[in-house]
Amino acid sequence: MASAEAIIRTVGLTKRYIAPNGQSAERPAVDHLDLEVAHGEIFGLLGPNGAGKTTTIGMLTTRVIPTSGEAWVGGIDVVANPAQAKQLIGVVTQTNTLDRSLTVYENLFFHGRYFGMSSKESKSASLRLLEQFHLADRAGAEVFALSGGMAQRLMVARSIMHRPAVLFLDEPTAGLDPQSRLSMWEAVHELNAAGQTILLTTHYMEEADQLCQRVAIMDHGQILALDTPVELKRSVDADTVVTVHASGDPEALVTVLTGVEGVSSASAAAGAVMVNLRGGGRGTLPRLLMAAEAAGIDVDDVSIAEPTLETVFISLTGKELRD
Amino acid sequence: MATTTITLTEAKPTTQAARAAFIALLLRDLTVLRKELGMFLARTIIQPLLLIFVFTYVFPKIGQGVGGGGAAAEGFSTLLVGGVIASAMIFQGIQAVALPMVQDFGFTREIEDRVLAPLSVNALALEKVAAGAIQAILAGIAVFPMALVVPANSVHLTVRPLYLLTILPLGAVMCASLGLTVGTRVEPRQVSLVFSLLVIPMTFLGCVYYPWSTLSKIAWLKWAVVVNPLVYLSEGLRLALAKGVPHMPVVAIYVVILAFTVALLRIGIAGFRKRVLA
Repeated sequence: MASAEAIIRTVGLTKRYIAPNGQSAERPAVDHLDLEVAHGEIFGLLGPNGAGKTTTIGMLTTRVIPTSGEAWVGGIDVVANPAQAKQLIGVVTQTNTLDRSLTVYENLFFHGRYFGMSSKESKSASLRLLEQFHLADRAGAEVFALSGGMAQRLMVARSIMHRPAVLFLDEPTAGLDPQSRLSMWEAVHELNAAGQTILLTTHYMEEADQLCQRVAIMDHGQILALDTPVELKRSVDADTVVTVHASGDPEALVTVLTGVEGVSSASAAAGAVMVNLRGGGRGTLPRLLMAAEAAGIDVDDVSIAEPTLETVFISLTGKELRD
Repeated sequence: MATTTITLTEAKPTTQAARAAFIALLLRDLTVLRKELGMFLARTIIQPLLLIFVFTYVFPKIGQGVGGGGAAAEGFSTLLVGGVIASAMIFQGIQAVALPMVQDFGFTREIEDRVLAPLSVNALALEKVAAGAIQAILAGIAVFPMALVVPANSVHLTVRPLYLLTILPLGAVMCASLGLTVGTRVEPRQVSLVFSLLVIPMTFLGCVYYPWSTLSKIAWLKWAVVVNPLVYLSEGLRLALAKGVPHMPVVAIYVVILAFTVALLRIGIAGFRKRVLA
């Protein structure tokens, strides 16, 4: 990415939390993060809970103060000029932060006012967004009365109301039912089609795969890999992934299976052995089973899949995304 | 969802955007107040109404106590006016600023959307104080007529506008700053304790029912209560409303109210930053 186009840029961005007892955390939550996100991109931060994704968004949206490093959004230094940077960002946080003292309509109306819209502008924008996000019939309702999916839609509507240069979505579909999740994905696609830059975090690999043009895989506050989902999956150097559950020492099985013809690599991960195959792997499966049997290892279960971003994560970290 | 082309916001000058946000946040708080006006009046009026009723209506009627009968009772009713207004203001200042923070900083962190409004976190804290101060003044105004009408004997007020129009807003800001300090420095689930452990003692020892100078007979108490901000507001409002009732030096009233305001604002804003930013 050309740096001139970057709408989000971080250099050495680091956050080390201070515990209530005044002691600095042993490991930084975000560790020297260098990131560039281009105009008009949907960029994903994929990683397990505790990877530092939310802290990264927190720093980019001025709510978490970095321990060191720098960050710019829309060319504005978020640490030095947080009030100005806030004009350019829209945020949907993980929890429902709707204003419970206000109605659905008022949540939008006052948000517009906070961002300098006149009463008239804010009213018409609120009504338009309620229509667009299928909430018009709930306009006068208390936000308590909204379902999880509706509350999430209202939060997205609110976050884009002031036309932010960057929209931050922190785990936008966590806790949503499958249907709400699909409609959220649709909304994200449409916003992006209209030119909205979006940075989202997720621990759902399907979400990163389906939505994002580029994905940074994060763990322990660091970016382990960054590319398009297609390239990331290609990096595994396999077109088929076989997961073998067997009794006995996984490392021994790794040694046995690595030598089988058609296997590009094998590794022990999350209590099983992951075998990456090249060339369709049609004849390879029986050979794997025979090799295991010949080595005296009982295979309990075998599953076959195409490489996913999860495969990439496992091959990078040796553990699963959700553990 | 209809696809519309998005035109992005360009960053406006920070002060301009912050001013608009500040005003909009105030409007939001006043909207919430309007919705809860009944509750606001109930929680503001009930306690002072009962207090005035019992002390200045029931007692004189039944010939029991405070201030004795006749002129002394009138004197008491008169000095009580400033006191109950002051105590209603401090009660409301804490209530209006500290209690919503239980929800704001609670599990859902409802305040997040307001934190993301384009103004500094300090300005957001000041907005909370401004909204609280407005409510404290409204509380004072709501209590005022009761203090005039309810007593069995006549109340003699001499309004000194210059004092009233300066002490009322200054005192209101002090009360709301105390609310900010309490709301940010006390654990959310312990805020309700604040009323029994802080507000009640402050009220009873806040020169609400007696002028400070009369405490000379109990010298240790006279000097112990100088740490209570309510003392200065009670004294100040009596200065503004009740001629002839003794009060502490005018300069002391203004200087100490200002000093408390500055100190509480500093502590409160620092606490607010700590709560809002990680």
